[in-house]
Amino acid sequence: MGDYSENLIEIHDLKYSRGHRAIFDGLNLTIKRGEITALMGPSGTGKTTLLRLITRQLIPQQGAIFVDGLDISTLSQSELYQLRQRFGMLFQNGALLTDLSVFENVAFPLREHTKLSNRLIRHIVLTKLHAVGLRGAADMMPAQLSGGMARRVALARAMVMDPEILIYDEPFVGLDPISLGVIVRLVRRLNDALGITSIVVSHDVEEIATVADRSFLLSDGKVAASGSPDELRTANSELVRQFMHGMADGPVAFHFDAPGYEEQLLGRDTE
Amino acid sequence: MTRVLRDIRNNLVEFVRTFGAFQLFFLRLLRHSPAILGTRFGLVIKQVYNTGALSLVIIMVCGLFVGGVLALQAYSNMAVFNAEDWTGVAAHQVLVKELGPVMTAILFAARAGTALTSEIGLMKATDQLSAMEMMAVNPVRRELVPRFLGGVIAMPFLAAIFSAVGLFGAHVVGVELFQVDVGSFWQQIQLIAESEDVNEGIIKSVVFGFAASVIAVWEGYNAMPTAEGVGRATTRTVVITAISILVFDFMITAALI
Ligand SMILES: Nc1ncnc2c1ncn2[C@@H]1O[C@H](COP(=O)(O)OP(=O)(O)OP(=O)(O)O)[C@@H](O)[C@H]1O
Ligand SMILES: [Mg+2]
Repeated sequence: MGDYSENLIEIHDLKYSRGHRAIFDGLNLTIKRGEITALMGPSGTGKTTLLRLITRQLIPQQGAIFVDGLDISTLSQSELYQLRQRFGMLFQNGALLTDLSVFENVAFPLREHTKLSNRLIRHIVLTKLHAVGLRGAADMMPAQLSGGMARRVALARAMVMDPEILIYDEPFVGLDPISLGVIVRLVRRLNDALGITSIVVSHDVEEIATVADRSFLLSDGKVAASGSPDELRTANSELVRQFMHGMADGPVAFHFDAPGYEEQLLGRDTE
Repeated sequence: MTRVLRDIRNNLVEFVRTFGAFQLFFLRLLRHSPAILGTRFGLVIKQVYNTGALSLVIIMVCGLFVGGVLALQAYSNMAVFNAEDWTGVAAHQVLVKELGPVMTAILFAARAGTALTSEIGLMKATDQLSAMEMMAVNPVRRELVPRFLGGVIAMPFLAAIFSAVGLFGAHVVGVELFQVDVGSFWQQIQLIAESEDVNEGIIKSVVFGFAASVIAVWEGYNAMPTAEGVGRATTRTVVITAISILVFDFMITAALI
């Protein structure tokens, strides 16, 4: 165990598999307090899965995860919920509650966890919606929003309780260049002004380079490389170069594990 | 051959496991129910309204015709013995004790149960339940228990409405169509019907309400989080509810006789 005044999240020797497929196989990773940490990696390496493990939506088969010095596998349900109130999470697809309006979606955590007056709630919600540029959409229903708008509303909801740790699963996908710039700056500003610790999952090498303090490149169930974006960009590991420069050939297979191509096309039964 | 046996064994083990999980789930819903009834009654009322409003029209229409057809059958049989006055009694007994609760529960499953299942299944498929978990809100308490209680509360009322409308249908057929004397039609019912008959109907509709609601909620919560999975779960809701209702009906009737 390391220094918890500096390390907010520590992952030790994490093993997690789905069925027979090992997704993580001895992962070690540390997230430092007050920094923006990027998790990168090819699609399907388990970035979303890792976020779910850190927040104990999933339970690993082996290994330990410490959040602020607490081994999360030992928490009771109510302790877990207490811990989760310190998290804000932006889901990959937004995950807005479809039977509530945009305003009520953002207000949802406040209504569930606080006894604030309606006026105060209204004030807070509109401020957060304003920050993502969607104050005007407060009365719309989630079904009326575009994908990018839904993700921005979800971001407003994730930060409405002023969490200490903000987790973003692919926050930059599907945004136009203008909103993209705004959101990137917002992530940075939230982190610096409020002293939040941020975890950003993204494929987007460019955006990560501008926003992250430290990045981890995940591959094959382990951390393949880590360091500041500059360090990663200039690293001479072949795998890192392949990912950072978007090349199809290299140590990371573009293809998901599969039987031989020729064999399968010719229809020979592999069983 | 061994393969068939192994499949059978695996299916059996799977069935027992699922059934055990189902019972635990039911207990979990019950455990949270008092707190939700006490502190979040608004959520429950909303669901009573949802399920009730969804099923009300279909239940009234079906009740009317079922009552009517019962009177048709009863009249043509009673007429043989010159006992036309008993048309109402026959319709009443069948409606209140059997068809009211059973038909209501099956219609409820088809209309409101499927809606509950697909709502919950879609919330799961679109990560809404996970999002609640992450906001430190227990989705079982916030979404599942109110829906379950909504169904449990709505069902007895729906069954009562079904029987009442059914009696009206029987009256239309018996009195208006076949000219049974209005006085004796209703007087016979009053003379013969006992409060036990009504109690039996109430017991059944309460039990069916629990069964239909918990099945609908369970199927949604355990649906595969895909469009196809949710579709299959709604189908299972109807099938499993219909079977369980008929089995329960037999058991309760046998126990009360
Ligand atoms: N419910 C599930 N059942 C079985 N396997 C799953 C399930 N969810 C995810 N997986 C597997 O886990 C692996 C990691 O999935 P995950 O969603 O974490 O990937 P990801 O890195 O977030 O990818 P992306 O960048 O495309 O979002 C995938 O290979 C997937 O096949
Ligand atoms: Mg993902």
